[in-house]
Amino acid sequence: MAVPRTMQIQEISAHPGPVPGKGTQRAVQVCKYIDVTTCIGCKACEVACVEWNDHPFRETTFNDTYQTMPSTEWNYWNLIKFAEHERDGNLMWLMRKDQCMHCEDPGCLRACPADGAIIKYENGIVDFQQENCIGCGYCISGCPFDIPKFNQQTKKVFKCTLCSDRVGQGLEPACIKACPTGCLHFGTKEEMVQIAHSRAHQLKTQSGFANAGVYNPESIGGTHVIYVLHDITQPGLYGGLPANPVIPPSYTVWKWLAKPTGLLMAVLGIFAVFFHRITIGPKLPQPEAVPVVEEHPDEVEAARKEKP
Amino acid sequence: MSSSAERFDEKARRAFSRYGRTVVHRGELLRHPVYTRVLHWSVAITFILSLLSGFAIYSPWLYRWLTPLFGGGPMTRFLHPWFGLAFDIAFLFQFLNWFAPMRWVESDRRWMRRFRSYVSNREKVEAEDVGFFNGGQKLYFWLIAGSAVLFLITGFLLWFDDVIPRWVVAVSYVLHDIAALVMLAGFIIHIYEGTAAQPGTFQSMTNGTVTEDWAWTHHPAWYGEVTGRDARQDYEQARDRDIERPDSDV
Repeated sequence: MAVPRTMQIQEISAHPGPVPGKGTQRAVQVCKYIDVTTCIGCKACEVACVEWNDHPFRETTFNDTYQTMPSTEWNYWNLIKFAEHERDGNLMWLMRKDQCMHCEDPGCLRACPADGAIIKYENGIVDFQQENCIGCGYCISGCPFDIPKFNQQTKKVFKCTLCSDRVGQGLEPACIKACPTGCLHFGTKEEMVQIAHSRAHQLKTQSGFANAGVYNPESIGGTHVIYVLHDITQPGLYGGLPANPVIPPSYTVWKWLAKPTGLLMAVLGIFAVFFHRITIGPKLPQPEAVPVVEEHPDEVEAARKEKP
Repeated sequence: MSSSAERFDEKARRAFSRYGRTVVHRGELLRHPVYTRVLHWSVAITFILSLLSGFAIYSPWLYRWLTPLFGGGPMTRFLHPWFGLAFDIAFLFQFLNWFAPMRWVESDRRWMRRFRSYVSNREKVEAEDVGFFNGGQKLYFWLIAGSAVLFLITGFLLWFDDVIPRWVVAVSYVLHDIAALVMLAGFIIHIYEGTAAQPGTFQSMTNGTVTEDWAWTHHPAWYGEVTGRDARQDYEQARDRDIERPDSDV
């Protein structure tokens, strides 16, 4: 996956030192806005994703639902999750397009120990660089949305790129282009949040969804894929969307505090034993081969200089 | 320790002594038989490989320095768990071999209380109750034993982290690194004590022998056990002999 020259990198996983070229270009924050209430579950976005990324066709799993397979796969990045929900005695058929959320504070990038395997662009897209991936799978545990998927053959992890190759050339992501109902939108984050909020307001005032709202979780600094849900208080209904997604705190504490402290302790430890040898000296088998003549000559020397 | 483990250890010790050799010269004592030496260096080599490959992944500052030693990032990731497993297996045998002499006893508690004077080198010879291993050595051994168990459990969880719940992995990752830091601290001290800090110690793990004066200096009670003589007396005799004839070769 070549890095498009038109997109400026903002963050690099496990990279010591600054990000080259950071802040040299202006960058607009991009965002995908998904209106769950107008999705008809046609799966055109799934097909567009497979086609644009040249993924092979693969077997589907029938699980008593219309869902193509239980979860996204390493070569199937876009999946509509189908859920049935009863509301006021009526059946609601909930369909949510599941893919990478492109978090503002990506847990995968935090957890990654390989220099340059995960990068975040100034425009908000989080992208995996498989040539730098070491296949440890830490990103999988860092992600609150269960998105990165492991390929057992190549030992690399894959996920949705938000079509960074298309966006870098000024195009919209493939899924957006394919959507027939217009429930998928793409633009700047500012615009998308605004449109999403007006849509939520419309649902509240005109369609009787008092709890309608925008899903843009602040617990991870917001996402670059946002949803409008009928009921923002129950995101779990939509195929297990977490209400309060968080990066495991151990990653934060450990990576930014404990790791540097640990390294410092190791270096100090080496210094400590070295200077122990220089100052206090070795324990020789007794009696020493050459008998001790003077125990503390340097102290005697110092005392001699004090009293001339 | 169950007796079958003891029997196994005894059999292994005898088998190794048949093929390997330890030469004890005049004025020397046997410290570590062939089997113990082989175990020690198996543990040491697998530990160093695990440490270097682990530290490559541990810190962004070390990543580009250490991964080339193992053929790049993905290869380092592939090899590290196998090095770790080899270390744990090697250490298991060493644990059986050293379980008995490493038992914590009253004299070790007294040794820990003297820790400060031990480090500052105030006493030229160790106290008379210090046996085959001193309290510090035993502490290091039990720290490794604890860390090895922690490494094994968390290591397996991290090895197959694509199928283990993410919270479990996140916690394992921290515990794994804590175990590594604890061991690294002990390891630095261990290497220092075994080489520069105590001349004459290193040969106990290469030739398997130590000199008698090394033994009465560092492990007087053990000296007493194997020679049947009094460590203090022998030391003082040797010292007085040297004072009488300061120019003589010792």
